[in-house]
Amino acid sequence: MSSGDHVDQHGPDARGHFGPYGGRFMPEALMDALDELSAEYDKARVDPAFTGELDRLLRDYAGRPSLLTEAPRFAEHAGGARILLKREDLNHTGSHKINNVLGQALLTKRMGKKRVIAETGAGQHGVATATACALLGLECVVYMGEVDTKRQALNVARMRLLGAEVIPVKTGSRTLKDAINEALRDWVTNVDTTHYLLGTAAGPHPFPLLVRNLHRVIGVEARQQCLDLLGRLPDVVAACVGGGSNAIGIFHGFIDDPGVRLVGLEPGGAGLDSGRHGATLTAGSPGTLHGALSYLLQDEDGQTIEAHSISAGLDYPGVGPEHSWLKDTGRAEYRPVTDAEAMAAFSLLSRTEGIIPAIESSHALAGAQQLGRELGPDAVILVNLSGRGDKDVDTAAKWFGLVTEEEAE
Amino acid sequence: MSRLARMFQECRAEGRSALVGYLPAGYPTVPGSQDLLTVMVSAGCDLVEVGVPYSDPVMDGPTIQAAAEHALRAGFRLRDLFTVVESVATAGGRAVVMTYWNPVYRYGVDAFARDLAAAGGLGVITPDLVPDEADDWLAAAERHALDRIFLVAPSSTDERIARTAGAASGFLYATSVMGVTGARDAVSHAAPELVRRARAHTDLPIGVGLGVRSREQAAEVAGFADAVIVGSAFVTAAATGEAAVRELAGELAEGVRIGADSASPVG
Repeated sequence: MSSGDHVDQHGPDARGHFGPYGGRFMPEALMDALDELSAEYDKARVDPAFTGELDRLLRDYAGRPSLLTEAPRFAEHAGGARILLKREDLNHTGSHKINNVLGQALLTKRMGKKRVIAETGAGQHGVATATACALLGLECVVYMGEVDTKRQALNVARMRLLGAEVIPVKTGSRTLKDAINEALRDWVTNVDTTHYLLGTAAGPHPFPLLVRNLHRVIGVEARQQCLDLLGRLPDVVAACVGGGSNAIGIFHGFIDDPGVRLVGLEPGGAGLDSGRHGATLTAGSPGTLHGALSYLLQDEDGQTIEAHSISAGLDYPGVGPEHSWLKDTGRAEYRPVTDAEAMAAFSLLSRTEGIIPAIESSHALAGAQQLGRELGPDAVILVNLSGRGDKDVDTAAKWFGLVTEEEAE
Repeated sequence: MSRLARMFQECRAEGRSALVGYLPAGYPTVPGSQDLLTVMVSAGCDLVEVGVPYSDPVMDGPTIQAAAEHALRAGFRLRDLFTVVESVATAGGRAVVMTYWNPVYRYGVDAFARDLAAAGGLGVITPDLVPDEADDWLAAAERHALDRIFLVAPSSTDERIARTAGAASGFLYATSVMGVTGARDAVSHAAPELVRRARAHTDLPIGVGLGVRSREQAAEVAGFADAVIVGSAFVTAAATGEAAVRELAGELAEGVRIGADSASPVG
């Protein structure tokens, strides 16, 4: 299965609607650029020159296919169910994000644009974008909330090493949402020369479609790997959901398998009752943010409510529109996982399997523990291990008190 | 004929462009914005745009972002919008609302149109709602006799300009530069060209916004547009106080009257 030959039986429609969700709630000034991107992608996805180059980069540069690793010692803490990890953490740059950025960076070149802008939360997408731009000789500017630049200082340095300019965003909540606002302001000003390399399956059409299709390789590989290993499909596919790109990518490998439950794990922060969380699908309501109609965290007046999560990459009050549709149709289900549950799973996987996961992915691991206990030892649960946790060691050291004051000096 | 159409007809009879001034409702407070908008009307704004403070104003530069944040922190609620619009109408002014789409969607599109019309508002400018996504709004605007003012940009294709103009009423809002709101030193060269392209597709009056802050710039824009729209400069003046707002409105009102006899705008 190549990256380009997927037919969209699952929508969206021609104007980017998944049921009532999606669309383009964007300034007119960007409509021409969105049309151009849609048209270019429609051509590229059936052009062997494009799909061949993308497949080559995914294989020879990103390291695909990523492994499928069984986690038996972790599974002892998950009701004894079989736990399979899709190892997106082993991709170049350490997360699934590379799949999307390589595709969009190639599209940028096809469109004759020389400058790329991106937003980033945890820095995974920013690092991946800076990497693809270095590889393909594109100018790169990354917007990152000031709060996140502090939480993820090493990733800021990493992006700068790769030649990107990192601009700390000091407006609003100074996290991912505001980084997107600032990137959109840049885009509307420089749209002639610039491609906005959006990092998740949200935003205006065609981004939810484009980003999903570029990550669909995760699900396609994992499905075949499950069949090869077990001779059967998993009972559940679990993935974390912030904007929802890794989840939509792995879900789409199984979307036509009605026996496979698709479960998205949202950041429950300090708990839903605390009001400090990012559980958009569980606790939000439909509205427009950043270009699409989708579930979002908002108050009675439609003002966005700031999300809270220990994971910078999930700290976002919106979600991709296809997830809203999958929730409403019941094809996928979404549950919150608290900071504490995610950090416990982070620690557990590190100690039982020797794999330090991203805190984002740890939400999926905690969800898999719950599901395993519910389903018992006959169940097979596939977890998308969307990223590695090196970037989170500082957060973990603080959370668990791993470094003594003396050592910290 | 809508009240906006009548306003443009009156301005045309005087051989001049209309002056449109923007201020967010609730800035610096709800009563404060009522007073300032009333001053804008009495000092020469033919129409005021009452902005809705919103948490994620992606089309706005630093001046209007800061004003919106200020208004929200000061406790602005969406229902206050109607109070502010009503006070403009009571003072004999004309008001349209400029809002990002989510507050309207959340309030209920038809309920919003109903309550705005009841408050005496004349229409809505929708910077992040294009006609492609506006079926509900078009129906509600029709039902409650509100004008729907859509934007065109220098990047809009002729096809999109035609479609947008076809869905719009009252006037067509031409964003004169690619970029976010904010006062600029020079009027963009893209603006006259965009207005020329738009006139090929519509008889609607065309307003030009983004960047105007002086009498001279107002006069320059009035030379090719039916309305001169001023936003950030009014917000900056509002931070200083009523006198600065009155002075700016007076200066801009002179600007749209410069050369009124010789160079009346076409269309």
